Amino acid sequence: MNVSRVGVRALQQGAKPNVFFSQNLPRAAMAAKATTTMQTRPASTNKISETDGHSLLAAQRRQRPISPHLQVYDPTQTWFGGSIWNRITGGAFSGGLYVFGAAYLAAPLFGWHIESASMAAAFGSLPLAVKGSLKFLMAWPFAFHGINSMRHLTWDTAKGFSKKSVMSGGYAILGASVVSALGMVLFL
Amino acid sequence: MAALRSSSRLLATASRSAFKPAVFTRSMATVGDATNNAEPKNSDASKMKKFQIYRWNPDQPTEKPKMQTYELDLNKTGPMVLDALVRIKNEIDPTLTFRRSCREGICGSCAMNINGTNTLACLCRIPTDTQDMKVYPLPHTYVVKDLVPDLTHFYKQYKSIKPYLQRDTPSPDGKEYRQTKEDRRKLDGLYECILCACCSTSCPSYWWNSEEYLGPAILLQSYRWIIDSRDERLSERKAALDNSMSLYRCHTILNCTRTCPKGLNPGLAIAEIKKEMSF
Repeated sequence: MNVSRVGVRALQQGAKPNVFFSQNLPRAAMAAKATTTMQTRPASTNKISETDGHSLLAAQRRQRPISPHLQVYDPTQTWFGGSIWNRITGGAFSGGLYVFGAAYLAAPLFGWHIESASMAAAFGSLPLAVKGSLKFLMAWPFAFHGINSMRHLTWDTAKGFSKKSVMSGGYAILGASVVSALGMVLFL
Repeated sequence: MAALRSSSRLLATASRSAFKPAVFTRSMATVGDATNNAEPKNSDASKMKKFQIYRWNPDQPTEKPKMQTYELDLNKTGPMVLDALVRIKNEIDPTLTFRRSCREGICGSCAMNINGTNTLACLCRIPTDTQDMKVYPLPHTYVVKDLVPDLTHFYKQYKSIKPYLQRDTPSPDGKEYRQTKEDRRKLDGLYECILCACCSTSCPSYWWNSEEYLGPAILLQSYRWIIDSRDERLSERKAALDNSMSLYRCHTILNCTRTCPKGLNPGLAIAEIKKEMSF
């Protein structure tokens, strides 16, 4: 279609000289015209090699910031989520076990008295409020870690993943751990 | 054309109202009322809300990212966060940069962190409270500009799980690979994923290990091909995940399940993969 049109046009132009555009215009005039209507571009470009381009891109990318994460994400899901506290309580207990085990081994060398009888006697001489809070400090992580681990075991069977149970389960476990920790403080 | 269409609409409404009692008559478009008043006269008519938006310009790379506050009248803004962003870009600050396309939650372009959780701006209503709204790019991603994150690595990871049907045996009738309704039903809740990366970038495990850990979105896609009855590369797919990083960096934090703007459950998909791997 286009090709045939161009052909027709050429034929017409050949038959009748175009008054608006003549090929016989002096070249100099054409050049002068071209300079007056030359486009100006606001940005200049220069070609660089591919390796230079890559290194430029790498240099630019090195300056990119990483978008904020922990500091902006919903704290109920990050800082107060069950996952991180499962880790904190588990780490505290296993770390505490190692520290106490090592201290128990080293106790005779340094003359420390950390055997059960002397510890129980030292604990018994503390005021009631301190006793209670110390017990809670031990009981709550224990209860939380125990109950939350049950939840993880359930999750391993691919159950309990509905959005609703994920949300409400977290609060339920928090409540249950506090209640059972208080129970341990009061009755054990 | 537009004039034609509006006149035909007018005709349509006129003919419709001729048959219906005029209890509730409303013209098609009522934008005019809102846009004619440049500024609201009294403060009761306006419902101003401040939007704090993360800004970073790659042309000034040494400048630190900052939060810029814009104020909009919610009465003149559409209901969704994307409407507000578009309006800010159109009317206040054309340099604000973000991705958007479909405005109806099917393209996944406008995924961003809004008021602390990842979601699609086009599916997130602007809360009508007076608190400032905070908008960040997807967490722990390289920022290209403003709200545009670099998802190159995310897409590379998607490619790495070979997200396509792999099989050697031809179909019995030579036309299509058929599956039972039960097998098809297994793909529900998986095929709807639009790869917006909301879940992956909500996952602290993915924040710290994104180089090697695939993240919830890619694992959900992985499960979509593992569970597909027509795929014949189950063992290869499972073998590719059988290492300490690709799959097992998931610690069931479940931010993914909470954040998914499409209501899918990446956490469940990952648990199903883990089950599949162990039995």
